[in-house]
Amino acid sequence: MLPPQASHMGLTRCHICGMTCVNDRPGIGDLRCGRCRAPLHGVRADRIGASWALLLAALICYIPANVMPVMYTQLLGNGSESTILQGVAEFWRSGSYGIALVIFIASVVVPCTKFVTLGLLLVSAQRKTPWKRRERAVLYRLVEVVGYWSMLDVLVVAVVAALVKFRALGDVEPRVGILFFGAVVILTMLSAMQFDPRLNWSGEDS
Amino acid sequence: MNPSFPSEPGTPVVSTRRRRPSLIWLVPTVAAVIGLSMLMHAWLSSGPVITIDFMTAAGLEAGKTPVKYKDVTVGMVSAIDLSPDGSRVVATVQLDQSAASLDRVDSRFWVVRPRIGLGGVSGIDTLLSGAYIAVDKGNANASGKRFLGLETPPTVTHGSQGRSFVLRARDLGSIDIGSPVYFRRIQVGQVASYRLAEDGRQVDLQVFINAPYDRFVTSATRFWNASGVDVSLGADGLKLNTQSLATVMAGGIAFATLVHGGAEVRAVSGAVYDLAKDEKEAMASTDGPAQFFQLVFAHSLRGLVVGAPVEFFGQSIGEVASVRLDYAPGKQKFVTAVGINVYPSRLGSVLEKLPKSAGDTERRTAQFLAGMVAHGLRAQARSGNLLTGQLYISLDFLPRSPPANFDVDARPLVLPTVNGDLDQIQEQIASIVGKLDKLPLESIGQHVDASLKDLDEVLRQLHGQVLPEATQSLKQVRSALGAAQGLVDPQAPLQQNIGQTLEQVQRAARSIREFLDMLKRHPESLLRGLPKSSAPSVAAPTDDTHPSQISRTVP
Ligand SMILES: [Zn+2]
Repeated sequence: MLPPQASHMGLTRCHICGMTCVNDRPGIGDLRCGRCRAPLHGVRADRIGASWALLLAALICYIPANVMPVMYTQLLGNGSESTILQGVAEFWRSGSYGIALVIFIASVVVPCTKFVTLGLLLVSAQRKTPWKRRERAVLYRLVEVVGYWSMLDVLVVAVVAALVKFRALGDVEPRVGILFFGAVVILTMLSAMQFDPRLNWSGEDS
Repeated sequence: MNPSFPSEPGTPVVSTRRRRPSLIWLVPTVAAVIGLSMLMHAWLSSGPVITIDFMTAAGLEAGKTPVKYKDVTVGMVSAIDLSPDGSRVVATVQLDQSAASLDRVDSRFWVVRPRIGLGGVSGIDTLLSGAYIAVDKGNANASGKRFLGLETPPTVTHGSQGRSFVLRARDLGSIDIGSPVYFRRIQVGQVASYRLAEDGRQVDLQVFINAPYDRFVTSATRFWNASGVDVSLGADGLKLNTQSLATVMAGGIAFATLVHGGAEVRAVSGAVYDLAKDEKEAMASTDGPAQFFQLVFAHSLRGLVVGAPVEFFGQSIGEVASVRLDYAPGKQKFVTAVGINVYPSRLGSVLEKLPKSAGDTERRTAQFLAGMVAHGLRAQARSGNLLTGQLYISLDFLPRSPPANFDVDARPLVLPTVNGDLDQIQEQIASIVGKLDKLPLESIGQHVDASLKDLDEVLRQLHGQVLPEATQSLKQVRSALGAAQGLVDPQAPLQQNIGQTLEQVQRAARSIREFLDMLKRHPESLLRGLPKSSAPSVAAPTDDTHPSQISRTVP
């Protein structure tokens, strides 16, 4: 039998000043810290909805990010727009397997993993299931850590577009797809931030 | 636990604030709206999908090759496949919505690649940017899905102002698509296309005359080939025709309007004209229908080419249409069948003076020619140019020629022929050679040889025997002559003596004659002696001879 959680004892810690407050009247309204008047909240079960919303938005944005071109390259007058997957395929065909792999992982594997992971975390948190709590905690930390690495694509496009400006000889311009891709990354990060990892541990222990 | 703090937790305050609906759901909503709107935009902005067949996909790349109309990108090649039978390349093109009206049935598509031709360089920008597909928007109302791509850019686009005409040429010559059309040495148009006529007998050229100039094309307009350097070596000699440098390079067509063309009517678009070989031919009056004749020559016609002139009384009235070998089974020999086109209209006013008869044209011509043949009209292959051996066909009256049959019902009409002048000479030479050949030259030679041997022997004898003797004789003759000369010299004593002797003989003779005369008259003097009266006549001297000499010589 684990020691009780703060919520079990009707206590909430103020996030700002650290004062421990009694939270024995749930459902009345917003509780504020008796010392610093900061809003008091325990386990933010209410933000699951927000997390869901952001995840959904990220998913929606992921479609145009893949369908629409992310980059316009023009070399010696021969211009073409390419989507992420086209770029991956092109790199792969030209033999640059490393680059293709990196871009593929950063732009496909990572976002998809994040979608799945976040979805899994949210569902399990909503169900308050005690199923593999420790592994889910690891997953969450992983999502947080890995989150901004998905900005690799956006960075590549931004850097290349800024560097390659040779007028008629060569030119690279970002296309609208990369915006959506950036939005996917940011939205998943926000979704992960909205998710309160303590939800993992709420509910009955197994 | 810090002792300075109470052991009881603090009591939170309750702030009663109205609970708002979570705004966070706006985020996916906005994302969905934006994403949907972009997809909708992409879907709406995509125009029709068309396929274009090309011979080759050189320079084309799916997803990269744009389609441009007036240099504006209006679409993209989305896929390139082989046609089911593998003979062509099918490019699938996604047109933009703004260019949806480009898919007219008569729209034309071609690939712009760098092209270097005699007329210039085009598509040089595609060297770097890669090829693209260009569109010429058609005028038709119906839209099409499947198009046949042009292999070469069209020279005339649908928007151009002007009219196109069809020129019928014997051959293409050095004309190509894009070759210029000149009017008074100003380029006013170009050759848009060409194709072989259905029957393969001529080439149909489509020329496009640009707008302000097309009104100069009238019913009296004549077109001719102004291409390049025209060097022709024919029966009428060496000809060299050149136009401007541009036409030398790229070929060209020129046109002009006949001055005496009568009522000029502006030509309608698509009017058909004949493309003449040169300006002279173009501006000559039209020949009208040709009359075809067949000529059969029993001898070789080396040097007679198709197009060689046919002359009548020295006037060109037609040309050779065909020369081919034929076999006459009856005679068991090969003959040359020559087809000629005769333009009766070239005879001009002569035609009107010829007698008219009833019947159709062919019949009339046959009847007329039958009379002519009876009067000795014959076709003859004559040498027009001894240097090159080019022949031409001459129609002439040869009254001494043997009578010939003329079948008025034969089609085509067959005109009787005689051997050419050169051939006659050749035949004569041949007969001479034949006669020479018959001479027993060998035996003559042998005889001559033997005779010469005899002669040689004789000469040798002459030389060895006769000549020394002759020399000797001649020497003797010379000495004899020298002696004779000594004798006959006027200064020689013998000569003088002879002279004197002869004088004396003369005198003696005279004396004797006188004596005889006297005796005739006075025979009695023999008996009685000389009478007195006659004495002076006897004694009278007639020359300077001395009496003493007379007395001395008369015995
Ligand atoms: Zn506080």
